[in-house]
Amino acid sequence: MRDVAVIGVGMIKWGERWESSLRDLFVEAALAALDDCGLDRVDALYVGSMSPGLFTGQEHIGALFADYLGLAHLPATRVESACASGGLAFRQAFLEVSSGLSEIVLAAGVEKMTDVDGAEATYVLSTAADQEYESFHGITFPGLYALIARDYMHRYGLTREQLAAVAIKNHAHGSHNPFAQFPRKIDLETVLNSPMVADPLRLMDCSPITDGAAAVVLCPLERARELGKKKPVKVLGSGQASDTMALHHREDFCYFRSTAEAAKRAFEMAKIERERVDFLEVHDCFTIAEICVLESLGFFERGKAGSAAQEGITALDGKLPVNPSGGLKSKGHPVGATGVAQIVELVHQLRGEAGERQVKGAKVGLAQNMGGTGASSVVHILEGC
Amino acid sequence: MFSAKIWRESPQRYRLEAAKCLGCGKVFFPPRLVCLGCRGREFEKRFLPWRGRVLTFTVIHTAPTPFVDMAPYCIAIVEVEEGVRLTCQLVDVDLEAVEIGMEVELEFRRIQSNQSDGVLCYGYKAVPGGGE
Repeated sequence: MRDVAVIGVGMIKWGERWESSLRDLFVEAALAALDDCGLDRVDALYVGSMSPGLFTGQEHIGALFADYLGLAHLPATRVESACASGGLAFRQAFLEVSSGLSEIVLAAGVEKMTDVDGAEATYVLSTAADQEYESFHGITFPGLYALIARDYMHRYGLTREQLAAVAIKNHAHGSHNPFAQFPRKIDLETVLNSPMVADPLRLMDCSPITDGAAAVVLCPLERARELGKKKPVKVLGSGQASDTMALHHREDFCYFRSTAEAAKRAFEMAKIERERVDFLEVHDCFTIAEICVLESLGFFERGKAGSAAQEGITALDGKLPVNPSGGLKSKGHPVGATGVAQIVELVHQLRGEAGERQVKGAKVGLAQNMGGTGASSVVHILEGC
Repeated sequence: MFSAKIWRESPQRYRLEAAKCLGCGKVFFPPRLVCLGCRGREFEKRFLPWRGRVLTFTVIHTAPTPFVDMAPYCIAIVEVEEGVRLTCQLVDVDLEAVEIGMEVELEFRRIQSNQSDGVLCYGYKAVPGGGE
């Protein structure tokens, strides 16, 4: 295993990109990442995407994307782990460079979600749950996270306002992110008066449906300054884990064991303590998710992260900034792209080029990306050089 | 093909057939080939009780394609016996009156009716009651 660095990152405007096809989104992000490091070709390509087949009818996207990037003939692989597909694509690229198999690898994530209507998108997303024993009964992803939220509220006294504070905080961060789908601040009334989606979660507790892509370029750390143009960012640790597929099979609905295990492995590889982490990008697909993730990652005791956003602890100027990019809530959640976009944000922050949303003195960042209700998780720890 | 996909699950959906590990006694619904507890591979068939209690619940307002006409509807995680849980709809209930810990009975009901090939899908739903 050799040290690996990220030398190029590419992010594009996320939102309802009706004029752009699945392949357009990918190529736009991939070219941005290549331009960022000044390279024109790579040795291999990994792309994370949850369900291009159900969203657009297109499978076999590894080959399609290599073709349309003008790099046909290279090894191009699609990886899938529901909403953790992007994080997993990054991990596969990291492993390929770290193993010595390839020198320069592109990791990308993409999802084209607006070619179907809302009910169909809700159905497609629900295929990431247990088809025969959860989705069959009419549960949705907001519904599954609502089951978690209800349990958390019951056990720890979490208030509706504390849940809303997560969305308000992430929108405040996202208001400084030009790539975000909804780069604007929201207030408490907006959250509490938004339409009910799955009680107790309202529309403003939910990440949106988004078209988007993101891409990064990895190479061996020792060649990072020779191959790249900007300050390299080192991959300190990578961890992945799974859990039971169905939420009802978990002993504790509010604790993501896959996230805890993935974090344990990433920290073991990084050989650092949690105190060294300056900021986090976590999988806030719903407001309750950010709370449970922060506890599962070990940054808060059980039942204690519920008030973190309300008390300002996780704000940009707080003790532990969480989701400076705006998170999935404000930036958008093109499911397969999300994990890669988290890495892009880590790199922007660790290079010190995040502008108004810059975390002051950021040296180490952590990204947590999760599939389903936490049946899969990927955690990465990155350090600025 | 599609009807086989439904028929295959009928022992669980129609009769709540579960599997009890002969090694450690843990009960699995649906049955598995390997025990999560002791990794044993020997099981005996057993039937779950048609009653339980609500561990957590939600009311779905934005429904996926096959359920759009039913919304709003309640979905709960129900514990039917120590450690054995399932997800299902909770129906014939005042949506405002559902609470954690509520006793429910499971009934044989129609789950989905508007699949593309028109096959009616049956299974279990919870209703208020139970607790002898």
